[in-house]
Amino acid sequence: MGSISEFFQHLMNGLTLGGIYALIALGYTMVYGILKFINFAHGDILMVGSYIGLFTFNAIRGQQMGIWTIVAFFIAMIAGMLFSAVLGVLIERIAYKPLRRATRLAPLLSAIGVSFILSNTAAWAWGTKSRKLDYPFDNTPFTIGGVAITPHQILILVVVIIMMVSLKLFVDRSRIGKAMRATSLDQDTAKLMGIKADQIIAITFAIGSALAATAGFLIALEIKVYPSMGMMTGLKAFVAAVVGGIGNISGAMLGGILLGLLETFGVALLGIPYGMRDTIAFVALIIILLIKPEGLLGKVEKEKV
Amino acid sequence: MINFILLILIYTGIYALMAIGQNLITGYVGLLSLTQAGFFAIGSYVTAILSVTYGIDFWITVPIAGILAALFGVVIGLPTLRLSGDYLAIATLGFGEIVRNILNNWDSLTNGPMGIQRIPMITVFGMKISPYAKWGFLVVVWLFVLVAFVLFERLANSRMGRALEAVREDEIAASSMGINATRYKVWAFALGAGIAGVAGSLQSTFILSVTPGVFTFMVSIMVLCMVVLGGMGNFAAVILGAFIIQFISYFPQLVGLSNIIPPQFKQILFGLILVTMMIWRPQGILGRKTRGEPAIFKRRGGKK
Repeated sequence: MGSISEFFQHLMNGLTLGGIYALIALGYTMVYGILKFINFAHGDILMVGSYIGLFTFNAIRGQQMGIWTIVAFFIAMIAGMLFSAVLGVLIERIAYKPLRRATRLAPLLSAIGVSFILSNTAAWAWGTKSRKLDYPFDNTPFTIGGVAITPHQILILVVVIIMMVSLKLFVDRSRIGKAMRATSLDQDTAKLMGIKADQIIAITFAIGSALAATAGFLIALEIKVYPSMGMMTGLKAFVAAVVGGIGNISGAMLGGILLGLLETFGVALLGIPYGMRDTIAFVALIIILLIKPEGLLGKVEKEKV
Repeated sequence: MINFILLILIYTGIYALMAIGQNLITGYVGLLSLTQAGFFAIGSYVTAILSVTYGIDFWITVPIAGILAALFGVVIGLPTLRLSGDYLAIATLGFGEIVRNILNNWDSLTNGPMGIQRIPMITVFGMKISPYAKWGFLVVVWLFVLVAFVLFERLANSRMGRALEAVREDEIAASSMGINATRYKVWAFALGAGIAGVAGSLQSTFILSVTPGVFTFMVSIMVLCMVVLGGMGNFAAVILGAFIIQFISYFPQLVGLSNIIPPQFKQILFGLILVTMMIWRPQGILGRKTRGEPAIFKRRGGKK
């Protein structure tokens, strides 16, 4: 007990959990960066994406576990991503776009309404019982140097790293990414420079929603799929975005991983009871707001009159 | 039937108290708080624990419930209200969940998921106000609403009310006029929380038991809907909103269709109310009350 291998065990668990938070936090932070509002429906988009993934997987997986189930798993993941992306763009069009020039409160209230509509429609249509998503591969853990690693954790880490690297490249290097950064910096000026801001906002929602669906589908293997799954996960991911510095893409990644580590180590080493695990994130939020409200990587924004 | 209408009116009263608090926070200061359910829970449990475990009279537990809820409001408000309003929404959303989490897990104090039963009834001059005989309880609840309405209305027309509106319209301009924005915001938030705590006290002596399962996020959303539907910044309007939302809630039972209409429908409807009101009628049914005129039941355009 208390050995080095135990430390690495928690590190591994924390990293996978943190990777999931980071993927979800990216959606919050990208939307916040451009529209300056919290998309409360983000967690529920994650939930819908997970359901679609689950349905697709169960429809095409077949009986035998093998290469095909793994392929089917990725096809299902992509189906969930696409569906969520379209849903995210639709929600933006219907519920947020008319409110861009309204008071700050209006889109927030609208987003809460959307969140409530999504989670309750899901509960009505698909039932409140949680559904199990079967592992597409044999999930027996193997040990490396005393650290038990499940193939599921490897899958999460690989997918998360691929997603993050490609997103970072996309935002930093591509033309659309440049337009996204410009829109986030100053929407009106970006428009004057010929950037179609509406289109960029739609793309942002699509990417954020697809990332959330991926995260939801990945954790569905462990926590199952249920209509209110988006709420707590979404909340914590938002905390991760704030810890890293909201509006900052690298910050969301860092914040997510930090929060994952904090939760795992908090339960394992600091003796915080498992039932109170969800509280850790909010204590972290309060602390960061008290000492560094702009987040770890955020810039201090001066308010202009 | 008449009993059922009385039930709706009693719940309208209890929720109207919460909505009045929410209106001060959201309607006057323009802050999104998502945790009236949390303060409601705190108030309920204060009354339940004090009266069942320590045998303290209801009328003494009410102010304690209110003050304790307000103190929790200050604890959340102080770190978050110095910053932009968005953080309050998240912090309060988390707070509501944490309160439920603690109520569920702190067995020695709250008896966990089982909750606390056999809460004594309210007594007035040695007379028991039984919740089963509804009329008496209805009068008590609406007396509370009346007092809260008058107090909050006076408050909104005071120096503090004007300061709050100034902060909502333009925080920087308000600050440069010498208004301590954070202090006023924390005060408003604490008062809104306190009145929700009082509503909790009433609720626990109405159902005569408390369980953590009652205080879900849904309660906070209902209260928010009441304010948005009635009209932000208008205390009479949010009481009307409270009635409409409670009526919608109990409509399936009222017409005997609760077997046919699934419970999610009213919640989907609440979500739709929030979205559609924001897009087409952000000022609510009655609209914001403009200063210096008797605006009750007069339709008025709100701020675009």
